[in-house]
Amino acid sequence: MTGTAQKDDRRAGSNEPRPIYLDYQATTPMDPRVLEAMMPYFTERFGNPHSRNHLHGWEAEEGVEKARAQLAALIGADEREIVFTSGATESNNLAIAGVARFYKDKRNHIVTLVTEHKCVLDTCRHLEGEGFEVTYLPVGKDGLVDLAALEGAITDRTVLVSIMGVNNEIGVIQPLAAIGRLCRAKGAFFHTDCAQAYGKIPLDVEAMNIDLMSISGHKIYGPKGIGALYVRRKPRVRMQALIHGGGQERGMRSGTLPTPLCVGLGEAAAICQREMAQETARLEALRDRFMSRIDARLPEVFMNGDARNRIPGNLNLSFAYVEGEGLMMGIKDLSVSSGSACTSASLEPSYVLRALGVEEELAHTSLRIGFGRFTTEAEVDYAADRIIAAVQKLREMSPLWEMAQAGIDLKSIQWAAH
Amino acid sequence: MADTLYLDWNAGAPMRASAREALVSAIGRAGNPSSVHGLGREARRLVEDARSAVGALVGAPARSVVFTSGGTEANALALCGLSLPAAASAVEHASVLAARADASQVPVDAGGILSLPALAALLAGRGPMVVSVMAANNETGAIQPLREVADLVHAHGGLLHCDAVQAAGRVPLDMRALGIDLLSLSAHKIGGPQGVGAIVLGDVPGLRAILRGGGQEGGLRAGTENVAGIAAFGAAAREAAAEAPGFAALAALRDAMERGCLEAAPGTVAIAAREPRLANTSCLSIPGAEAATIVMAMDLAGFAISAGSACSSGKVRPSHVLAAMGLAPEIRSGAVRVSLGPSTPAAEAMRFAAEWGRLASRLRGDRAAA
Repeated sequence: MTGTAQKDDRRAGSNEPRPIYLDYQATTPMDPRVLEAMMPYFTERFGNPHSRNHLHGWEAEEGVEKARAQLAALIGADEREIVFTSGATESNNLAIAGVARFYKDKRNHIVTLVTEHKCVLDTCRHLEGEGFEVTYLPVGKDGLVDLAALEGAITDRTVLVSIMGVNNEIGVIQPLAAIGRLCRAKGAFFHTDCAQAYGKIPLDVEAMNIDLMSISGHKIYGPKGIGALYVRRKPRVRMQALIHGGGQERGMRSGTLPTPLCVGLGEAAAICQREMAQETARLEALRDRFMSRIDARLPEVFMNGDARNRIPGNLNLSFAYVEGEGLMMGIKDLSVSSGSACTSASLEPSYVLRALGVEEELAHTSLRIGFGRFTTEAEVDYAADRIIAAVQKLREMSPLWEMAQAGIDLKSIQWAAH
Repeated sequence: MADTLYLDWNAGAPMRASAREALVSAIGRAGNPSSVHGLGREARRLVEDARSAVGALVGAPARSVVFTSGGTEANALALCGLSLPAAASAVEHASVLAARADASQVPVDAGGILSLPALAALLAGRGPMVVSVMAANNETGAIQPLREVADLVHAHGGLLHCDAVQAAGRVPLDMRALGIDLLSLSAHKIGGPQGVGAIVLGDVPGLRAILRGGGQEGGLRAGTENVAGIAAFGAAAREAAAEAPGFAALAALRDAMERGCLEAAPGTVAIAAREPRLANTSCLSIPGAEAATIVMAMDLAGFAISAGSACSSGKVRPSHVLAAMGLAPEIRSGAVRVSLGPSTPAAEAMRFAAEWGRLASRLRGDRAAA
């Protein structure tokens, strides 16, 4: 572990060599500029932003409102349309259950995708128990929604269409503008889980006809424990709150607002807005550098998800003829993920990859590699070399690889039972 | 204005140095506690250490702690996560009263203490219920007879939920000894950060999540854990538990300040002063005055206090707590909350009393002139 990549280690004070962090879809390290903006609110400006009668409260409120404006600016929204939540999971729960329950008497059908985040799918499944009907649309091999199928699925009973902006495992970008047009034409609300998209790709709630958008703090170099939900005011989207009480956030979400976290989320959004174009180009270059290094040395590597409509900070690759667990063990000094972090503790193949029709063997050997703001060229080179070495070593030990090299079609083999 | 004295500790306590250190050291690290790689496991360890500390604050094992985004969410989970019929004391926090539209309310007496006969009558007619009774009231500091409440609730096969947001770290709390089945905590009321809380669970069959998704927190609360906030909550809980026995000593200063206010302005009413109450909390009224006027005047004089609870989105609304206690409207309208903290200087608290006297006579003069 004396690779040059380690020189870029930003975690001062640690004596141990740190693994290289390539799991930017699970969470992102906080940007030091975000922390700097938050710090005063942890110390001298600690007031409760709802205490309207004294300076401690006013200072806190000012910080919260500035953050709200920063969040809105990134998606062309009005600051009054931003509701702070504890994170994207809560935003998704609130958007889907809140809207569905409010309009239950008028419309009781929801449309979503089989590749949505677990919190969207779990909420939908729960709503089925409350009497809602849910259509789970399949996706193509590229991971993208079939617009014709979507159009066919939306009826005059459809209250909500929930389709994510960017998939957390495979990084593909759904055609939000086209989806928004369809929803608006059919009178269904359009909710999009943009935990992975917000701050990464241009989003415009007007141009895309988005009615509700979920936002996460810790996916954009902001703090964990904070998120937001964009809720359109014109035409107004109404919802039933999940968390009642003091009536904060215009009754949509009660609870004392965590001022420093709100401030951090706002600052994180502002940085993304300023640096998006430049950062996108930088990540594309890193991603291409990584892929060409892999491609030059390793055959039989498959990219999961559409190759064009994807964020540059994500690669989901399957390495044929290696064994998943062995691969993970071979690259222990890289923090990467196989499947989504929420489910990766289990060894089930990813439901997202299965939905794409990826064969089980290939799903088992997939790696989600996430690049982000602090990823360097040296880290990318080091990571590629480590993966190449691990895959080559595993393949050398694999009888399947040997047979494949000898031209034997593995599918034609009749395996004997033991 | 920088020298404003903060006497609004019940709205939120300043962060403890230990909590800030824990937070800052955790917040710069990457790592999702659900990730299996090393950085994920480090984040997981921070969360689990904090879980033990938070459990210990209320005499509960680590595994009984479910982290939430705060006290309000904890209350929502306790009440909305159970399908039992619900009841709550009439002086509960808005997050409890609003959680279940179908909840029955249990009246309180003039001191704000829950009526046990009324609760017994309700339970006799309804059978098993989840009953929500706070440990200490945020506006008056009044402490509820939880053990007696628990016995009644359990005798009818129900569950006791206790919003202990204001009491934690201020009075010794042992969940099991008190018979509490679900207990809500908020980090920022004990010197931790805003945006973190917990629900601590005894044996609670049938509790279901209100936030669904990745299966975190034993399936009871989905969402990536607020690792740094949770770590800081743990640090604050450790200190608060150590300080809880000494918190009662604040009563001497609070009582001296209260006496000072009563002497300086003889018409002053000290609400719930004869009840067992939190050692730092004083609910004072200048009958006939407007609470907002008192708060503003005190702010100009350099004291940050509040009119009732801070959670009403800025609006000074008539307090449902004081109304439930049956206090006369003129006492209610002039009531403010003064809440001290361990670091409140004695001299400043007494200066507050003197200012209170001046303000009361000025208000009397205004009213006489009008």
